[in-house]
Amino acid sequence: MYLTSEEEKILEGEYGEGLKKAMEILVAIGKIYDADKLIPIASAHISGVSFYNIGEAGLNFLREFTRGLKVSVKSTLNPSGIDRDRWREMGINKEFVYKQKEIIRIFKDMGVDIILSCTPYLAGNKPEKGVHIAWSESSAVAYANSVLGAMTNRESGISALSASILGKTPNYGMHIKEERRPTIRVKVKVDIRDESGFGVLGYILSNKINDEIPWIEGLRNIDLNKLKILSASIATYTGLSIFHIPGVTAEWRDFERPVEVVEIDEKDFKDGYEYLRDSFKKVDLIWLGCPHASLDELKKIFNLLRDKKVKTNLWITTSKVVWKKAMELGIIRGIEDSGAKVFSDTCIAVSPLKNRFRNMVTNSAKGCYYARGLNRFKVKVMSLEKCIETALKGYVDT
Amino acid sequence: MIKFRGRVISKGYARGEALISKDPISFYGGVDPEKGIIIEKGHDIEGESIANKILIFPRGKGSTVGTYILYGLKIKNLAPKAIINIEAEPIIAVGAIISNIPMVDKVNTKIFDIIKDGDIIEVDGYRGVIKIFK
Repeated sequence: MYLTSEEEKILEGEYGEGLKKAMEILVAIGKIYDADKLIPIASAHISGVSFYNIGEAGLNFLREFTRGLKVSVKSTLNPSGIDRDRWREMGINKEFVYKQKEIIRIFKDMGVDIILSCTPYLAGNKPEKGVHIAWSESSAVAYANSVLGAMTNRESGISALSASILGKTPNYGMHIKEERRPTIRVKVKVDIRDESGFGVLGYILSNKINDEIPWIEGLRNIDLNKLKILSASIATYTGLSIFHIPGVTAEWRDFERPVEVVEIDEKDFKDGYEYLRDSFKKVDLIWLGCPHASLDELKKIFNLLRDKKVKTNLWITTSKVVWKKAMELGIIRGIEDSGAKVFSDTCIAVSPLKNRFRNMVTNSAKGCYYARGLNRFKVKVMSLEKCIETALKGYVDT
Repeated sequence: MIKFRGRVISKGYARGEALISKDPISFYGGVDPEKGIIIEKGHDIEGESIANKILIFPRGKGSTVGTYILYGLKIKNLAPKAIINIEAEPIIAVGAIISNIPMVDKVNTKIFDIIKDGDIIEVDGYRGVIKIFK
């Protein structure tokens, strides 16, 4: 890999141990993937924020590694384990909050914009087509590459952090136009009824396309929320960083339609929904806002809950940016009058809620995957409308 | 003495006892972060301690949180002294760099036939040279 003389100097430690480590990390990753050089980036988005995920070892690392370092490009931060203002209502213990707030402070001191959101593109960090960025948070990576046409590999928290400090990233993978080419044509033969089906589609693809980059046909009534849920699910279940939808995503005109075809039918969706439907009746948590809810979603939820009371916990997660807008419009108060909660800065999947809840319903297939993980919840996936119905009843029929 | 050459991923020098695994390793979930013991069910070195060994395995796998687990092991003196992979991937590579653990990859797979557990090995993570003394 070619390095400029300035980059060499950083690598030799002439500018201190911190910058040297950051450069060593980028160079190692560049070597592993045969990058030819480092390229400048317009922004970084950094994951690995929740104390629940990174633990004491992660906190120790951040303390040591970031000492005296600042970010050199626009950098934003993924959700933490708490709502900074309302953690008591989430039932999080003080010791956790103390550690979590230290992590957030470390990033803040580095100059990171602490949006604490998995949807930077809805919270002031929205890159344009063809712009190179270094983002972690796989759902945001898939959204940025596919929907926006920005160019980023699926970074880890640490590689995105290193990139934010140096303002550079190794040039390989998603930074090369040709590697973003669709390689398999997916024909969806089903009229997907609601946004939950877009998440289920991500799971189905994991069994169908084997690392090929999909060109997905047959999707109708697509909106931002469906693309958000699809991006999250594809990234979670297939590990892919990009997909193309003719007429919708940023780069579909830039490539030929792939020759190899795979079809997805009713049976696939039936099996997919089955996979994301554990057995339980009584529901103790309904989660909306994975990825973080947009203002439109909050409005929709507000309208569905008007003059009604929930019979179980309905938690909605969003970014502070969107939360504040919704607050000004009276939407937060309106939603919470029903007994539901709208939290910001956080995410159910990275919040220490094991044993607090057992049976969760959500409209996000990605949410199912991670809630089943660390928190060991049982899950069912269904549309936002059905989630709200369930919240008003407190149980599910099937 | 037998010599292998590889590619430097993380600089440094180490000498110690070899521990060999033919299975990929996930540090997150696959290694006990308090004891440095492989806990993945059915792993070919399940139950073995990787602490202060020269750990030789094909590659890393699993969650990127594994990077922090490796770092945490180093702080507790339970990390391997050096890592040799067939193909490095970023989880282990970054973990090795931030923990100052020498790491070399792209070594010939014959290394699995020649080195036995307990052999004394030297890893020169400046030049990418591995020496086996037996």
